[in-house]
Amino acid sequence: MSDAAWCLIQRDLRIAWRRRGGVLLTLCFFVLIALLFPLGIGPEAKTLRLIGPGIIWVSALLASLLALPHLFAADYQDGSLEHLLLAPQPLVWLVLSKIVAHWLITGLPLVLVAPVLGLQYTLPDVGLWTLVAALLLGTPILSLFGAIGAALTLGLRSGGTLLALLVLPLYVPVLIFGAGAVEATASGLGGQAHLSLLGGLLILALLGTPFATAAALRLAAES
Amino acid sequence: MRWSAYAAPAAFYPLARCWTPWFWRLALLLLAAGLYLSFFVAPTDYKQGEGYRIIFVHVPAAWMSMLIYLVMAGWSLIGLIFNTRLSAMMTQALAPTGAMFTFVALWTGAFWGKPMWGTWWEWDARITSELILLFLYLGYLALRNAIPEPRRADRASSLLVLVGVVNIPIIYFSVEWWHTLHQGSSIRLNAQTGMDETMLVTLLVMVLGFWTYSIAMALTRVQRIMLQRERTAHWVRSVIR
Repeated sequence: MSDAAWCLIQRDLRIAWRRRGGVLLTLCFFVLIALLFPLGIGPEAKTLRLIGPGIIWVSALLASLLALPHLFAADYQDGSLEHLLLAPQPLVWLVLSKIVAHWLITGLPLVLVAPVLGLQYTLPDVGLWTLVAALLLGTPILSLFGAIGAALTLGLRSGGTLLALLVLPLYVPVLIFGAGAVEATASGLGGQAHLSLLGGLLILALLGTPFATAAALRLAAES
Repeated sequence: MRWSAYAAPAAFYPLARCWTPWFWRLALLLLAAGLYLSFFVAPTDYKQGEGYRIIFVHVPAAWMSMLIYLVMAGWSLIGLIFNTRLSAMMTQALAPTGAMFTFVALWTGAFWGKPMWGTWWEWDARITSELILLFLYLGYLALRNAIPEPRRADRASSLLVLVGVVNIPIIYFSVEWWHTLHQGSSIRLNAQTGMDETMLVTLLVMVLGFWTYSIAMALTRVQRIMLQRERTAHWVRSVIR
């Protein structure tokens, strides 16, 4: 069972490596959104420090949303998704592996780049570490919840915009706790409570969402 | 006849058709009485003046907006477990009414907030989660409309409603917490000491009116959906003739 999961992750990573441009696109999108806000609002360091955590998180949300359609689309088009559905291993397990690979490809780069954005928004050093920790806990939740939306909209014509409408309301708690953790640390309150809640959400999402995603994938493959 | 027999649209259609006019009559009666009470009988509030009367629409609408989503989740669960077509049709029939009530609750809330709080919009926990609820409804409707095959639409949208209903408490508490972090409760009217009895009766009549309206509307809509979806079935031909 774990062999199958490992193979699947390796395969997805290899495919992503061969199409490196796609990964970079998500990353560019993330940095670009965060770049636009200071241009629109003004370069005052005080304001930027105040809105920085929120903006970096919103950028991460949107970047993760942009990457979601790619989670199952290629497998759906070339038919390998049907093989995954027919595989002897439990579908939930395979779905989870796909999500893990997807997070490694699109989520982890965001976490690694985020401190640079944090510096641009003049966040204090403790805030930067909290930002990384919060993103490490939060972006997998985005991938897990997003996977449900990606599976539900698989093969639909208006997939992209529909996906935003389905998934963004579910992202609200992650945004609140993620940005809250950074803000609380920066203001000296300590972000442990927020981080614990994010961790709790991650566990809940790990336990629950793969089942919903698997069910949605079955529906998409049936029709 | 067991109750589950009505899971078949052919059996439920006559029942719905028989009940619908009664629910419409009841709804009209209750809403007329409720509106009369709320405009002419309920006393003027000593603090909020005449403007408070909007709560007679606002509160029932907000209740219905949440209740209908729960009912939709219940039907979705039944539909996914027992694989019954009618459950998804009921969910589909309820959704526009729920979305409408959510919108009405937000709209009347803004109209009430302007004179009372001095602002159209306040980033209060309840208001914000009500807005998120509206997007959950819209997401359901959009997903349904986007899927051409009715069976996949049924099950995909049922799944979405269930995911949404699990998330509603999480969203609510996160927003509540975010709100308390950002600002103190400056303009809450928790200090209100009890309610006048006439006001309470008026509110109850309005709530019952909104309930019956929702049932009547859902039954009316579910009949149309049944006829449309089952148009090739034999029983539809005998109904339409």
